[in-house]
Amino acid sequence: MRIALFATCIVDAMYPKVALATVRILERLGHEVVFPQGQGCCSQMHVNSGYFEDAVPVIRNHVRAFTSVDYDVAVAPSGSCVASLGHQQPMVARECGDDALAEDAAMVADNTYELSELLVDVLGVTDAAEQLGSYFPHPVTYHPSCHGMRLLGLGDRQKDLVRSVAEIDFHELPDAEECCGFGGTFSFKNPDVSGAMAEAKLRNVESSGASLCTGGDASCLLHLGGAASKRNVDVQTVHFAEILASTRSNPLTVDGPVELSIPQPGRRPAGRTTPAGATR
Amino acid sequence: MSVTSLGMPAVRPVHGQGNLHAQVAFPKAAKKELQNEQMRANIRHATHTIRHKRAGVVGEVPDWSELRDAGSAIKETVMAHLPELLEQFEQNVVAQGGVVHWARDADEANAIVTRLVQEQDTTDVIKVKSMATQEIGLDEHLAEHGITATETDLAELIVQLGRDKPSHILVPAIHKNREEIREIFSREMPGVTDELTSEPRVLAEAARQHLREKFLTSKVAISGANFGIADTGTLSVVESEGNGRMCLTLPETLITVMGIEKLLPTYQDLEVFFQLLPRSSTGERMNPYTSLWTGVTPGDGPKNFHVVLLDNGRSAVLSDPKGRSALHCIRCSACLNVCPVYEHAGGHSYGSTYPGPIGAILSPQLTGITSEKNASLPYASSLCGACYQVCPVKINIPDILVHLRDEDIRTQHGQRVDQSAPAPASQDPAVGGQDDWREEKSLTQDEGRGGQDTSPREGSLQQLGSRARRAGRRVREAVPSRGLPTQMDAMMKGASFVMSSGQRMAMAERGLPLGRVVAGRDHAIGWLPGVVGGWTDERNVPEPPRESFRNWWKKHEGETAERLERDGVSGAEDPVSADDAAARHSAATGGSPADGPGDDEPGAGPDAVAGAASESTGDPERDNIERGEGRQQNGGRA
Repeated sequence: MRIALFATCIVDAMYPKVALATVRILERLGHEVVFPQGQGCCSQMHVNSGYFEDAVPVIRNHVRAFTSVDYDVAVAPSGSCVASLGHQQPMVARECGDDALAEDAAMVADNTYELSELLVDVLGVTDAAEQLGSYFPHPVTYHPSCHGMRLLGLGDRQKDLVRSVAEIDFHELPDAEECCGFGGTFSFKNPDVSGAMAEAKLRNVESSGASLCTGGDASCLLHLGGAASKRNVDVQTVHFAEILASTRSNPLTVDGPVELSIPQPGRRPAGRTTPAGATR
Repeated sequence: MSVTSLGMPAVRPVHGQGNLHAQVAFPKAAKKELQNEQMRANIRHATHTIRHKRAGVVGEVPDWSELRDAGSAIKETVMAHLPELLEQFEQNVVAQGGVVHWARDADEANAIVTRLVQEQDTTDVIKVKSMATQEIGLDEHLAEHGITATETDLAELIVQLGRDKPSHILVPAIHKNREEIREIFSREMPGVTDELTSEPRVLAEAARQHLREKFLTSKVAISGANFGIADTGTLSVVESEGNGRMCLTLPETLITVMGIEKLLPTYQDLEVFFQLLPRSSTGERMNPYTSLWTGVTPGDGPKNFHVVLLDNGRSAVLSDPKGRSALHCIRCSACLNVCPVYEHAGGHSYGSTYPGPIGAILSPQLTGITSEKNASLPYASSLCGACYQVCPVKINIPDILVHLRDEDIRTQHGQRVDQSAPAPASQDPAVGGQDDWREEKSLTQDEGRGGQDTSPREGSLQQLGSRARRAGRRVREAVPSRGLPTQMDAMMKGASFVMSSGQRMAMAERGLPLGRVVAGRDHAIGWLPGVVGGWTDERNVPEPPRESFRNWWKKHEGETAERLERDGVSGAEDPVSADDAAARHSAATGGSPADGPGDDEPGAGPDAVAGAASESTGDPERDNIERGEGRQQNGGRA
């Protein structure tokens, strides 16, 4: 299959490794990945902040980017952005008087999958160790991000995939379904409440017995990881795509600060080591 | 007495008054409440307990989803036919010996109730727990006229004795623990000694003794209503303690204040709501006391019965098709009990009688989004959607929050004029006050510094910055009515400009290394300026990557074979697809997998550095082939 990657703005700019991980997973299954270079953002930041008019050019751009390239299905490593495509883009376009854009947006959204949705429902991946060669011998807990859970109805797809990774040490997260407090611009419009929510989530992560928290939305992970860093709490966050992409030959390392760049060869950041047992 | 226009009226409906306005904008109020650790611990404990109880009893009902659909559909019917149903209700109440009064707003309702109490020649009334009478500030209004209202719901009594405000719809004293309640009772309740313990049974007994005398001596009771039945003129109150039943049956005169949205078309509709409400509310299969009364019955219960139908902004809510489902609310408070924002900020942060997620959509709609402090309420949510998931009448709270944010922004930008009469200034201390909750400086105040902060000197970025500033100026010019654009306006305009083009995104992302410079040795950014400073108050920003995915991909798209090789998946347990892919891509690129840039490669040595320096595979010819291949594929299939 020819699969169009919607990286999402936050992954594109801040977590390129998550996009690369998505590519590696899909290529491993024998699919071709294309990246429509015209893509920008899903417009959720504008819509959720009430700036519908400013959202329209962003929506129009997304629709243009994903209708001018040929592909079978599109995928994004984010439940929230995928939910926004179907849930908000047509509504905002209609609200701003562009019914044709609303229809096109709905069409693009219908063919865009969240990563775990694509893997489980379309590509039939249920055992990451077996089918993807995924290997990650670390203690991990999992936070289900709200929009994937409640708007897309992802259920346990992400968690089940993570649990099926070879040698993973999975820990359940208490009160997992409670929001982490990110909420887009809520995070800086209501910083105190947002921070309190992050603290509650971090406490739950700590009590899970794992110091590494995975999830399906880079924005939530940026918020949680940043809150942990601010508070000197020993919790790190990692996108589940990176865990699925991790193999015995090319394991994801988690020592030191979580590296965001796609590292350039020979320029390994200082303080990074391969975890024991990662190579055989 | 006056008649209020409903439906799509010729005269615009008035907005609500009373205890619906936040005194302090939500972010500031919440900041203060968050410091009350005791309150937060109490609320956390209580909401988690009720939340789990609710989930248990809801899980027992196999047709819960259908019940929610039915509840939602009945309420939609009510809203679609409200004028006719209200008239039908009035006819039936009157036919059964009751008197119906129509109140356009809080002032009218308070005046009607006060007059009715004065006509009974008494200065003491007892009250059944009621949100509507809190909303209109009835107790305070009665006190101004020398009438003492005693709350008989135990939690309301605690709040009243403590001269406090309710913080939860169902459990108004949720923010108080047993010891705090014992202290209030010892201080305020006549006849209570220091021997009072904080044991719940002992506290309840003290309240019982205190209230029993009130029940037997009061001539007038005031209640709200959970439901009013149009086709019979019946009213209903559901409760847990029986104190409501006492008020509804013992006094000579009963006055019920009911919001006009509380109607149900038929008596049979109760079967749906008597299932939905207790399970959603207290997590009980059935509430202990369900009272139903229809007019007056000689020799049984009150001799005089009045019902005051309260609008107070409800018609204004009804006139908005996107927001009107907020009127479906049956005040169960399930949304409060699952809301993480409510859990941390507490009920008082919302200012209004209606706290939590439902309050965040109901209060600003009742008062109009033009009420400055209430305009902060639709932003008091992370849009996690937990509220919608549990709502027994399926109010899509997150969607209405977003709709209200849109209304707020359009109002700020002068694109939306609220034609409804604003609440009188005397009723709304927030109206006319400084709109300081946004805490944003205007562009003119901050432009110079903001410009320096965000416009690096690099050619293309500088160009981008100046175009964004021009866009910002266009906003300023487009905003005649509400003053200068905020930093948020400028940020959103700039982001819209950049994010609506892949090319501009790529250009902006070339600035990422600057973020790495700011991050420095800590690999984190701990301070950001202006409106986004709220982010770094609570979180660090990680060091940005060297390069965005978009820009990296342009150079490395064709390296599938190398990626597969590095991941070693040709040796994985599912070799078929991986091998196929590797083979196909090897064939396509015309070369064998070679060391190249990519993910963490522990063994990457000096050989690979050469590749890094040129940011390519180190083989110009192959690079060209790959890039050409990529273009061809894209072009061929477009």
